[in-house]
Amino acid sequence: MNGTSPSAEVWRRLRRSGTVITAVVLLVPLVFCALFADLIANDRPYTMVYEGERYYPAFRGMAVDLRLSKWPKALARVDFRHLDGVDMVRAPIPYRPNGIDLKNPLAPPSSDHFLGTDKLGRDILSGMIHGARISLTIGIVAVGLATVIGVFLGAVAGFFGGVTDLAVNRLFEIMMAIPTFFLIITISAFVASPNIFYIMAVIGLTGWVGIARFTRNEFVKVRGIEYVTAAEALGASPMRIMFLHMLPNSLSPIIVSVVFGIAGAILVESSLSFLGIGVPADVVTWGSILNEARGHTFAWWLAVFPGCAIFATVLAYNLLGEGLRDAFDPKLKARMKG
Amino acid sequence: MLRYLCIRFLWMIPTFIGITLISFLIIHLAPGDPAELMAGGGLGAGAEVGLSTEKRATVDDAVTQWRTQFGLDKPLHEQYVVWLGKLFTLEFGESFKDQQPVIDKIAQRLPVTITLNVLSIILIYVVAIPLGIYSATHPYTVLDRFMTIGAFILFSLPTFWVAILAIVFLGGGDYFDVFPPGGLHATNYQETWPLARRGTDLALHLFLPVLILSYGGFAEMSRFMRGSLLETLTQNYILTARAKGLSENVVVYKHALRNSLVPLVTILAGLLPALIGGSVIVESIFSIPGIGQLGFQAVLARDYPVIMAVFTMGAFLTLVSILLSDILLTLVDPRISFSKRVAS
Repeated sequence: MNGTSPSAEVWRRLRRSGTVITAVVLLVPLVFCALFADLIANDRPYTMVYEGERYYPAFRGMAVDLRLSKWPKALARVDFRHLDGVDMVRAPIPYRPNGIDLKNPLAPPSSDHFLGTDKLGRDILSGMIHGARISLTIGIVAVGLATVIGVFLGAVAGFFGGVTDLAVNRLFEIMMAIPTFFLIITISAFVASPNIFYIMAVIGLTGWVGIARFTRNEFVKVRGIEYVTAAEALGASPMRIMFLHMLPNSLSPIIVSVVFGIAGAILVESSLSFLGIGVPADVVTWGSILNEARGHTFAWWLAVFPGCAIFATVLAYNLLGEGLRDAFDPKLKARMKG
Repeated sequence: MLRYLCIRFLWMIPTFIGITLISFLIIHLAPGDPAELMAGGGLGAGAEVGLSTEKRATVDDAVTQWRTQFGLDKPLHEQYVVWLGKLFTLEFGESFKDQQPVIDKIAQRLPVTITLNVLSIILIYVVAIPLGIYSATHPYTVLDRFMTIGAFILFSLPTFWVAILAIVFLGGGDYFDVFPPGGLHATNYQETWPLARRGTDLALHLFLPVLILSYGGFAEMSRFMRGSLLETLTQNYILTARAKGLSENVVVYKHALRNSLVPLVTILAGLLPALIGGSVIVESIFSIPGIGQLGFQAVLARDYPVIMAVFTMGAFLTLVSILLSDILLTLVDPRISFSKRVAS
């Protein structure tokens, strides 16, 4: 143990933790799908020769999405699904997540559609791969927003104490007693044009309470330690003391609750799109595929596969949170109950 | 003690008003106009396009009249004060949809949701406490590890997924026809059925919803029970009890268990908001006519008075349960003194 820094010690515990390894094993393919969804499941081929010219439609499409390039005019009207006799290399799953094929509705899993199709003939596997991107983005952005709000409010309450603390605590109590999930449903359903950015904002703006409470409790504890007094005596500004000196010492419970928060946010997002609110109708998400299973109870593939994806993701983040908590400090578990 | 509870109760009032104010502002400032929705027959903006000027004027008239009828033409702060004033006489106004008093709708549906949630809470405690005790008294055995993993899986399983799987495979009749797919009563239900038959019918309909509403709770609660009991068992007074030769059963059930139950009381307060949120999903999937379903339908129809009523009820129930668990805490653990605690 001699000569090991605390962070090296945490790292050693993390590498040996079964829960963290399981979480990473689950998360790596998910993140891979989210990053490379356009290359794994796309009806645009990687490369093709069309009317005498070579194109790279899948890559070009990614560039267009990033606003780096324009879609070639020659390809504007090409139906990539039905290209016969063209020299091309297709993606492993040659379907778009929202590519409607009315001739093939509710097809059970087969060699054409590995996980079947929905009522509009959209490929489920493609929808799930692109859904990974939406779920992970919403989870991370929403919790990022919640973290900024939570850490700031918690830090201010814990640092200044007194009236500020009392006021922020009232706010905590309000947020805890308000039926949050119903609030999220209400706001998302009221939005004029549904958009995944609203969902992120709404989940972020309602999900900061847990993080704020942990931050406050840590700050109250750290506040009395001598180095804070020393920094004050040296004339450091409250902002500097809070975020440069105190925050790094209070990070572990915050990081743990952020990871658990991501699991929660992904769960909320998929419940919303399952209820059919908040996400536009042409965007395929894990929740929206599950929603279709309600109307077509014979189509088991609509119910089983997207649910597995949501479950695996939520489980992975929960495992990661648990593993991190144990690795940071075996005593943290008891501390985070309050 | 009494003084603390009084202060506690007084602090609840601004919290409660704060909640209603936030809900009110969010609902009323959100884009979209219920008056247009009602007058346009639910078509909203789409209906305006095809209308002649004359018809447009008629619709506008209807919208204005409708707004006046429900007080939506007044400034927002005035509307809120009116709403708050009515609340003290337990009046939630009339539903936009069918002009029925909201309080009647709530009264009709509240028993259903309360039954569902009370059954779930009972199930959670009945299942979780024995499991937790077993885990804590046999820590790190195969069965304990198995339960730890099981609890983790249950905790991460999305409610709506389990509900859909249950309906697809057990309720729809497409695979196994074990349970009815939804509702509270069979389609051929009659009031004249003998009590036993009515009871079985209701139990069959409630089985899946209650189970689905509670499984996450007993995963969490059994872990909590395990941790709490394990911690108590390491304390010195347990060592004393063992040292004076008490049997293991007496040590665990008479000495340790009582103290380890204390944190479980506090968690009850946190359980309720989660269950209310869960009711929205479970009730709308199983078409159970409770508060959750009422609220969800009201959100889709922008029925402001009903939405406000659901928020108020939910917040009120949660605040009351926080207070109740505080009182319970002093009853189960006399060492907890509130006179020294700040109201926070």
